[in-house]
Amino acid sequence: MSERVKPTKKSSGAGGPQGTPEGPRQDHVKAAKADAALPALGILGMLRWAWTQLTSMRTALFLLLLLAVAAVPGSLFPQRPANPSVVTQYIKDHPDYGKILDSLQLYDVYSSAWFSAIYILLFISLIGCVVPRAIAHYRAMRSQPPRTPKRLSRLPEYGTLVVPAEAGVPASDAIEDAAALLKKRGYRVEVRHDDGARPSLGAERGFLKEVGNLVFHTSLIGVLVSVAVGGLFGYSGQRILVEGDTFVNTLVGYDQFTPGTNFQSSQLQPYSIQLDKFQATFDRESKGKFGQPIDFTADVTTKENPGAPAKKEVLKVNDPVTLGGTSIYLTGNGYAPVVTVRDGKGNIAMQGPVVAKLQGENYYSSVVIKVPDAKPEQLGFAGFFLPTAFVTDKGISFSGDPDLINPQLSLNSYYGDLGLDKGAPQNVFELDVKDLKPLNGRDLAAGGITLAPGSTYTLPDGKGSISFDGVKKYIGVDIHHNPGQLSALIFALLAVAGLVVSLYVNRRRVWVRTGTHEDGRTMVEYGLLTRGEDHRLAGEAVAIRGLLAGAWGLDTQIPPSERADNGPAGTDPADASVHTDPVDASAASGADASAATPSEDFIQSTAGSPESKKDQ
Amino acid sequence: MFPINETMGQYSELFMLLAAGTYTVAFIAFAWDLAKSSKALRTVDLKAAAAAGTPDAAASDGAAADAGAKVPVAAGSVRGAAADADRVAGHLAGPAGRAERPSSSVSAGGPGSGAGQTANASMEYAAERRVPARVAVALTVLGAAIHAAGVLTRAVGAGRVPWGNMYEFLTTGAFVAVAVFLVVLIRRDLRFLGTFVVGLVIIMLVAASVAYWTPVGHLVPALQSYWLVIHVSIAVLSSALFTLTFAMSALQLVQSHRQKTLAAGGEDKLGFMRLVPSALSLENLSYRINAIAFIGWTFTLMFGAIWAEKAWGRFWGWDTKEVWTFVIWVVYAGYLHARATRGWTGTRAAWLSIVGYLCVVFNFTIVNQFFNGLHSYSGL
Ligand code: HEM
Repeated sequence: MSERVKPTKKSSGAGGPQGTPEGPRQDHVKAAKADAALPALGILGMLRWAWTQLTSMRTALFLLLLLAVAAVPGSLFPQRPANPSVVTQYIKDHPDYGKILDSLQLYDVYSSAWFSAIYILLFISLIGCVVPRAIAHYRAMRSQPPRTPKRLSRLPEYGTLVVPAEAGVPASDAIEDAAALLKKRGYRVEVRHDDGARPSLGAERGFLKEVGNLVFHTSLIGVLVSVAVGGLFGYSGQRILVEGDTFVNTLVGYDQFTPGTNFQSSQLQPYSIQLDKFQATFDRESKGKFGQPIDFTADVTTKENPGAPAKKEVLKVNDPVTLGGTSIYLTGNGYAPVVTVRDGKGNIAMQGPVVAKLQGENYYSSVVIKVPDAKPEQLGFAGFFLPTAFVTDKGISFSGDPDLINPQLSLNSYYGDLGLDKGAPQNVFELDVKDLKPLNGRDLAAGGITLAPGSTYTLPDGKGSISFDGVKKYIGVDIHHNPGQLSALIFALLAVAGLVVSLYVNRRRVWVRTGTHEDGRTMVEYGLLTRGEDHRLAGEAVAIRGLLAGAWGLDTQIPPSERADNGPAGTDPADASVHTDPVDASAASGADASAATPSEDFIQSTAGSPESKKDQ
Repeated sequence: MFPINETMGQYSELFMLLAAGTYTVAFIAFAWDLAKSSKALRTVDLKAAAAAGTPDAAASDGAAADAGAKVPVAAGSVRGAAADADRVAGHLAGPAGRAERPSSSVSAGGPGSGAGQTANASMEYAAERRVPARVAVALTVLGAAIHAAGVLTRAVGAGRVPWGNMYEFLTTGAFVAVAVFLVVLIRRDLRFLGTFVVGLVIIMLVAASVAYWTPVGHLVPALQSYWLVIHVSIAVLSSALFTLTFAMSALQLVQSHRQKTLAAGGEDKLGFMRLVPSALSLENLSYRINAIAFIGWTFTLMFGAIWAEKAWGRFWGWDTKEVWTFVIWVVYAGYLHARATRGWTGTRAAWLSIVGYLCVVFNFTIVNQFFNGLHSYSGL
């Protein structure tokens, strides 16, 4: 990076930054290396050395590539934040190395010490880059264009023009004309009359390029900070809503809640959202995807706060509802069979919808019913719900369609102590049958329970009964509050804008020098230089040439010899008149080859080597 | 939601097959062009070498003739070849290459100046006609027209944008790759990439029809969003551009090796590479295309995040697809940095461009198929 930050160092040579790529930078590195070898460097020196290393372009590149590599394991191993139970299972399944991976934080890649270290270093490096660059650029924008190089012919774009004596444009006027033209073209121009006979000008444009680059890199920091803010002050949670259910945005309202580090429950605005109706549409048209869902629509009623008027809204996938600073997303859905369980005494021990958890194709779902209120003994049921039940000849049941064509509930039942009173949290979707006695089951005398809507089954031993009353639908919603989101978006957009500007604005310098030939003609030479990539520099040179020639009424055609290789050959002395006659030029450059003196190279150097015609 | 039209879907498949057939003929024509032009160029080279005189004369004549006698990199004039060899040497030596970076007349004057060179350094069209190449391009245009019909009928058949599953990503992506190639051809003579691009497109079409064939159908709700239109189209477009630069970077490595061999007086074993511009020109053009593609990929990433926020409630969750999109973005950011870092331009940057593209391919194939994540609805 320092190679960009200190343009003054680099442009000291006549060739400018492009011409002397080896120079000071190399020394700089060498010096740094030498420094490193010196034991007497001291702590301050060491720190400075480390800082230089960290903020170097090479380190930035290295850290970037390292970041790319470090991100990969997160896609190879299950990640805790996304799916903790899969990780637990994975560790169980791989007893040999599962634990080792865990100790290497390979299940928490993106919050791991090593991943964080890489991006924190990268961003420190970034700050270390951006700040000095911004300062340097601020100075550059306020300072005058760099002094005119001695040998313009060394610049990547170079050309000459000859204004005949009759035109009456002396060298000093010519330079002013050129300055006016370049100013109009958006250049910042400084005219230098200092050495009288050969006035020159320096011009520069495209400061926006560097601004774009700085905005881009700074915005990346902005994005990172926004994400961090979201993690600190945001929260998210999940809730399952059966048709008719209402969710109120309080901590107890959530099935699952993940607060940010700095979350306070007072942040929750007590809005409510009720699921009125949920409708899923399935593909009935295409053969290949028959039964695939094509639309999910949830009709909801929302209230900003308990006293506010109710509002009807539609919640869809890709179309969240925003309420009270949060967004509510439709992330899942399924069936909730409605059951009534009576206990041994004939009382209703449980009545209502039971959320069936999706297990497989076509809403093949598992059902767990816990009835702690059943007396004298608690009851438990576990089994499956099939919206369209089919049974194979082997007795395996499956669901043939996602719609409710032939709904069926098949359950095993248990009685005993459900263990709910012990206070230990239990998963509502799992029934621990360890301490329970089976009542119904496929391999028991009583067999399993199979219910169609409207039917009732009486449990053996007078333990009670279960009825399947009907089916409701449920949706799963995710609720998120992320205060960093908007600023992340703004910074991301800024970053892209900066990136585009940085890649497509070109920073260019133009120098023009004029002089008067012995025979009275005004000689003009110009050179262009760019910083970084600029494939349109040649085009710019042609455009500027055209403007200058137009101003003085010259023929705009570029003599062949001018697109010379600007190497040593370009400094061959030759009479300026050669530009009108390439044949002459070859003769002249050959004849006068030994007459070159460095101090005279300006006017004389205008002829290229004749061979360079080929470059056209 | 528009109804599905199975007949249109069948037409579409027919068009795809026809397009693949046409591309195959175009591929042969491109290969023929490579062979023929390289032979023609070789003759010109040999003539140039002969003109440079006997080895004795060459020795006394200095570097220029010397380079000519070696059968120079390109068929340029003797002097041009020598200059080019110098440039290559300087370029390979590292930082000195920086001085050549502005693609101005200096670097534009590479090997492309002589007779017989087909793609010059700035990759503008040369005067002479290459009949096989013209035939190949014409066939490619025809293939692309049929292909376009295939993509359109697919869209009409499904009543939506034709990029909702792997089959459609591949067929539409292949079309975009050809279209981008043809559009670039208007401005630049990249016909030397023809075999590569058309070959890849044929592979994509065949893979789509054989391995990923899916009948026309509706989209799952998660994909029903205008973000699908925006996000995926930009991703496909950027990938098509990355495809071009991948080809150019690969050629750049070969060319740079060849130039080094030649500069060291070695034998030219890769005659067909005569048709290909110098390593430096390849690097410069692929940089420019990569810059555009990188901006496209940045948009892909951003729009993907915005969509993820809409659909799942979080804009970034390190889902496998997100991870790989990020990895690709960082690799190409690394590439852009490499181009501005001394000692990392040239060959190393080309390798980064290649690695980036391999990640793109990996993201598209392996990740879509074998990794489970929220994005696992590629229609398999
Ligand atoms: C978060 C990590 C970074 C990313 C994603 C990134 C990305 C990019 C991209 C895409 C570009 C090319 C576009 C442009 O010129 O504006 C670029 C250029 C640049 N970056 Fe970074 N960058 C990162 C960190 C850094 C760091 C740490 C440094 C300093 C050591 C740095 C220094 C530069 C410089 C000097 C350029 C200009 C190169 C040129 O002129 O061609 N970047 N960066």
